[in-house]
Amino acid sequence: MALHQVEESASGENAVAKGRKVKLSRKTRPGEVAIQSFLFLCGFLSIFITVGIVYELGKESLLFFGRRQWENSNKPISQPISADDTTFEVSTSGFTLEEGDLIRIDDELMFILRLVETSVTVERGLEGTPIVPHLAGKNIEIATQVTLQEFFTTSGWNPQIGKFGIWSLVNATLMTSLTAIVVALPLGLATAIYLSEYASLRARSILKPILEVLAGVPTVVYGYFALTFMTPLLRLIFGRDVVDIYNTASAGIVIGILILPLVSSMSEDALSAVPRSLREAAYGLGATRLETALRVVVPAAISGIVAAFIVAISRAIGETMVVAIAAGAGPAFTFNPFKSAETMTGHIVRISGGDLSYNSLDYNSIFAIGLMLFFMTLSLNIFSQRIVRRFREVYE
Amino acid sequence: MSHPANGFQSNLPRRHRSGQAWLLLFQAATLIGILGLTALMLNILNSNFGYVVYVDKVNPQTLAVDGVPLENLPSDTLASIFRENVSNGLFTRYDREIPLTDRSQSSIYELILDFVIVPEVKQQWSLWESLTRRAQIQSIAATDYPEGYLVFESWVDYDFIKSPQSSFVEIAGVRTAILGSLWTIGIAILFAFPVGVGAAIYLQEYAADNWLNRVIRTNINNLAGVPSIIYGILGLAIFVRALEPLTSGAIFSGSAEATASGRTILSAGLTLALLVLPLIIINAQEAIKAVPNSLRNASYGLGATRWQTIWNHVLPGALPGILTGTILAISRAIGETAPLVVIGASTFIQADPSGPFSKFTTLPIQIFQWTSRPQEVFRNLAAAASLVLLALLLTMNATAILLRNRYGNRN
Repeated sequence: MALHQVEESASGENAVAKGRKVKLSRKTRPGEVAIQSFLFLCGFLSIFITVGIVYELGKESLLFFGRRQWENSNKPISQPISADDTTFEVSTSGFTLEEGDLIRIDDELMFILRLVETSVTVERGLEGTPIVPHLAGKNIEIATQVTLQEFFTTSGWNPQIGKFGIWSLVNATLMTSLTAIVVALPLGLATAIYLSEYASLRARSILKPILEVLAGVPTVVYGYFALTFMTPLLRLIFGRDVVDIYNTASAGIVIGILILPLVSSMSEDALSAVPRSLREAAYGLGATRLETALRVVVPAAISGIVAAFIVAISRAIGETMVVAIAAGAGPAFTFNPFKSAETMTGHIVRISGGDLSYNSLDYNSIFAIGLMLFFMTLSLNIFSQRIVRRFREVYE
Repeated sequence: MSHPANGFQSNLPRRHRSGQAWLLLFQAATLIGILGLTALMLNILNSNFGYVVYVDKVNPQTLAVDGVPLENLPSDTLASIFRENVSNGLFTRYDREIPLTDRSQSSIYELILDFVIVPEVKQQWSLWESLTRRAQIQSIAATDYPEGYLVFESWVDYDFIKSPQSSFVEIAGVRTAILGSLWTIGIAILFAFPVGVGAAIYLQEYAADNWLNRVIRTNINNLAGVPSIIYGILGLAIFVRALEPLTSGAIFSGSAEATASGRTILSAGLTLALLVLPLIIINAQEAIKAVPNSLRNASYGLGATRWQTIWNHVLPGALPGILTGTILAISRAIGETAPLVVIGASTFIQADPSGPFSKFTTLPIQIFQWTSRPQEVFRNLAAAASLVLLALLLTMNATAILLRNRYGNRN
């Protein structure tokens, strides 16, 4: 830029010297500026998308955690309460109350101060609700609120009865992803080594398109494959009473097949980027082909391989249709891969499949789960980029 | 002196043996990937063809007039047969859609087939079973369903592609789903292509190396790794809910044909646009990067402005690459299911989509629906729809590869 101006001023002096008036100041071209601004906006849109994701997921998640749910305790009050009673009797049926619970009778909010068997002492008319008499037989409703603590420390997920422990969903996600990784990482790396170090040009030209086709098959077709091929196969091998119709193992194995092309092609790129001279040096020292591959080429490409692994893991965690079809409907906390369990993504698909009404707890909960999923995959992706940048061996 | 050399020599066969063993392992691993693909394809083909036992609700022979079989009767006779055998409500509905007198003979025949004869699948066998246990299947069909008939059915055929969805397995098709897929993809490309290419031009040709542009670059890479279902949630919150007046078409039509819900083709298309945007940007960047700098310099040297250079020299050179990348992004979008389920694709639609504000269903959604039905027979439909989807994708990818091979090496 600076050079540009220098040239212009130099030629400007020449022009002046010749006595001709030439306007040589930088022209502003409104068209060019408009185009550049538009293109910048196009690029900037991606930032908007990210902000939008974080904002929407965050906003609805906050609603999810801030939400007070009223749950019918099925416990009626046994005698009528007048406007100034602070202690009353409740029936023995229904849920157990606890000191410190927020309860609601009709529209009046109360806070339980003390509890002696069936006699309840309360602070009445909370949050400005009118203090009124209540008839005997009115049911008590208990307030529940999803807390972060409950969300992250308990393992039962059942919004209908007020249970919000994310771990049954996360556990199922980890089970399917782990199965997928066990299948895909060794196979993918071995395929990559074969393609990059052993395969003839002819073999590569056949094998690579096949892997590309495998990568291009839509995930819903993989889901169909898991349910109608992999599950029957597992049931044939391990027995029908051991393997459920819906199970995490079948979904996991198929996700493994699905991410295999990703692992192999990214790893192969990393292996091919290792310069020939390294291989030739190893051969020159008397190494066999295998020793060259495993002790020279793979270590030299390790950052790329690890990055491929991490991207594949992130893909496996976010994979949706295979688990929605084959892993089962209904959250379950189990470590048995042959039992059905619902993953985070599977749960989101199932509850949003019907007509989901806005502002319902289910609606808010998919955002909370989505946020968790977003951060899990995002951190893995960032981690993988870091690894590539940090540990990459640069050859000229 | 010869000792180490001897040791080396004696070691060598063992090293070669282990080399061979590992090579076998690598080959086996590669083979497993291929086996996976083969199993997938065979599995789909296996459910696509096979013997089926049908039992008719009404025997077509009883409907024949004067010994003329049903399919050869003239349309007015067929129309009266249709009228006599279905409820008034159903008749009026179809008569109002297109009057029966205006319908062709074959379309009335189809109506009779669908609503009067109603062939029902009683039992079905996969291709493998049909080939290996033919005699057994024929005897089962003859003894268990004496009034039924055995047909070797191909689930995917022209009828399957051209007929709309139906709750009867026998006549269900994927026309609405294919049209829905094309509509959503069309809208997605309409938005994602210009914006994506624009962003790529900005990043490659204009952006200086400052923190803002670095953030944009990193951000695009991260967006490409976000699971598709997250885009679905975003689409649900923004397009379906927040922009409902726009995406339902209410502000354009005053709710004449508006569905009064944001769960429309437009929302789906925009959601897919966000999903493929990072892919298009990254691919287009690569294509633009591959245009040699000498072209740019020559253009500048002749006094062209930056935009003139880009428009007349950089973009034409990068276009094949950009198109290839875009086709690959489209084929990714065509197969996407999860985000569309989340933003609320309709599960049962018989009418063709009429515009961006109609409700929609797409091919992958259909496959998902049919797969998750408890009745086994719907799996055949899922397999048939998968075959259609794969054929569509294969065509697109072949186009992309052709483009790449044809124009790829020109620069």
